[in-house]
Amino acid sequence: MDWELKNMRPGFGEALVELGKKYPQVVALNADLSGSTTTAMFEKAYPERFFNVGIAEQNMMGISAGLAATGHIVFASTFAMFATGRAYDQIRQSIAYPKLNVKIVATHAGITVGGDGASHQMHEDLALMRVLPHMKVIAPADYMETKKAVLKVAETPGPCYIRTARTNTPMIYDEDYKFRIGKADIIKEGDDVTIIAMGLMVSKAIEAAEELKKEGISARVVNNSTIKPRDKNMIIDSARRTGAIVTVEEHNMIVGMGSAVAEVLADYEPVPQRRVGIPDVFGESGESEELMQAYGLTIENIIENAKIAIAMKR
Amino acid sequence: MPIERNDYTENLEGSLVELKEASTEARRWIVKMINAAGSGHPGGSLSSIDILMVLFTKVMKHDPADPTWPDRDRFVLSKGHASPALYTALAMNGYFDRTELLTLRKMGSRLQGHPSMNKTPGVDISTGSLGQGLSLAIGMALGGRLDRRDYRVYCIMGDGEIQEGQIWEAAMAASHYKIDSLCAILDRNQLQIDGPTEKIMSIEPIQPKFEAFGWHVININGHDHKDLLLAFKEAESIKGKPTLILANTVKGKGVSFMEGSLNFHGKAPNEEELEQALSELGGDV
Repeated sequence: MDWELKNMRPGFGEALVELGKKYPQVVALNADLSGSTTTAMFEKAYPERFFNVGIAEQNMMGISAGLAATGHIVFASTFAMFATGRAYDQIRQSIAYPKLNVKIVATHAGITVGGDGASHQMHEDLALMRVLPHMKVIAPADYMETKKAVLKVAETPGPCYIRTARTNTPMIYDEDYKFRIGKADIIKEGDDVTIIAMGLMVSKAIEAAEELKKEGISARVVNNSTIKPRDKNMIIDSARRTGAIVTVEEHNMIVGMGSAVAEVLADYEPVPQRRVGIPDVFGESGESEELMQAYGLTIENIIENAKIAIAMKR
Repeated sequence: MPIERNDYTENLEGSLVELKEASTEARRWIVKMINAAGSGHPGGSLSSIDILMVLFTKVMKHDPADPTWPDRDRFVLSKGHASPALYTALAMNGYFDRTELLTLRKMGSRLQGHPSMNKTPGVDISTGSLGQGLSLAIGMALGGRLDRRDYRVYCIMGDGEIQEGQIWEAAMAASHYKIDSLCAILDRNQLQIDGPTEKIMSIEPIQPKFEAFGWHVININGHDHKDLLLAFKEAESIKGKPTLILANTVKGKGVSFMEGSLNFHGKAPNEEELEQALSELGGDV
């Protein structure tokens, strides 16, 4: 398919500038990656409300918590690896436990980071954030959803984690899209199987559904961008309507979005589920597309798993 | 809006008499509450209680009737395991009844093992995992600066705690941002769980380290109320940089068999030990 490509990250930077204008209590912090995370846009517009703490992510999370404790709406940003890996304990102790109003917006999540290799390819961020009480976890599908999600979380008190990608990604949505926290977006209806995708895998899920249609298989396609709180109704409804589920995520298959879906199915509506995601291995250097091929994040793999899930129906 | 600050160095003699009595009573509550809890950290609570009592009864602007007053001075107990000392200072300054201290660490109590801002009135921020409080204090101070409120932020750290790397990230940031509303206090009681700090992982020389990081350092006896009052006053006058009060203390101060004792870092006194401690501290509460 012919997708218009656009980077997610400016969606964050632009939304942050809008928020800065709307709310005087919005502040932004960064750890020496203001260009890459696009928070430099906010710095330019509101320099007095921007803090670049240098290469010190743990300190950034602590200062963010302190600012939130004095009534500010805090956006803290760095790469997903350093945000959730390096500063996990600070997020747990100083942000999640006291339920402070800090929005962690991470960029460069997943294997599509590419050339930097395994040290910078964060595949376990959703797992780490999802197990923290009070934490909301969101993985937008494109530029527009990133922008809408950032605008929305600012109006919702409490800790939140948003992950975005480094690469340019297909535009799924336009200006009319309404993002709701905890509500998945049904992109296409179908009867035989539901493909529940998130992040930059949503476009591949749409393409897989097109291919399946040619073979006479009708697939429902869902963008499940809020990993927590889970959209339980969508998951149960999909299971009842189509009787088979495929989850698709650019994340370790352990404790990611697919696991979150599996938990709901196990509790409420057990139907066959297949998971497409990164196996439990570290990544490596390469081009984004090559890496996605090598680690199974492909349209072909989604199609294959959809067929297996359908075959597993009783 | 600017808040009125009392000059707490006026009527020094009167304050010292009052503080002497109050801090002895506070010590009685600390040993009693930890005994009642059956676990907790008496050593570091007793070494830091004089600092806390001076802050909460004389130095800080705060209002127990309005614990979230936006203009109040903020307090961060970075060494969260000294929570019995903080809870005692709060109770003795009217945040809750003293008898509630005896619920420490019990199921359903507002007094958690480590401070929780969402459970205990008067606790400004949650702590417990060492090394994180100084960053929190910087955030609160920057918040005050952005809101044009002239409150001050006080943060007590443990001496072993400064072995955590985050403390030095924060030390760098506090002077980079020229945060003169921040006053950190180092409870230099010489001991950490496994032994003397200088044997486990030496932290000396502390004063030149902080000075090299751009801090004003005041070196005092952390049990001398007059030293403490004058040091806090001096810290208020320092502009353009944060202040560290290097408070030299004795672990377990006030109870002979706890003083300088590794054993009482994190162990509750039993009934017999409690009785002896209370008799040394002038009787039961």
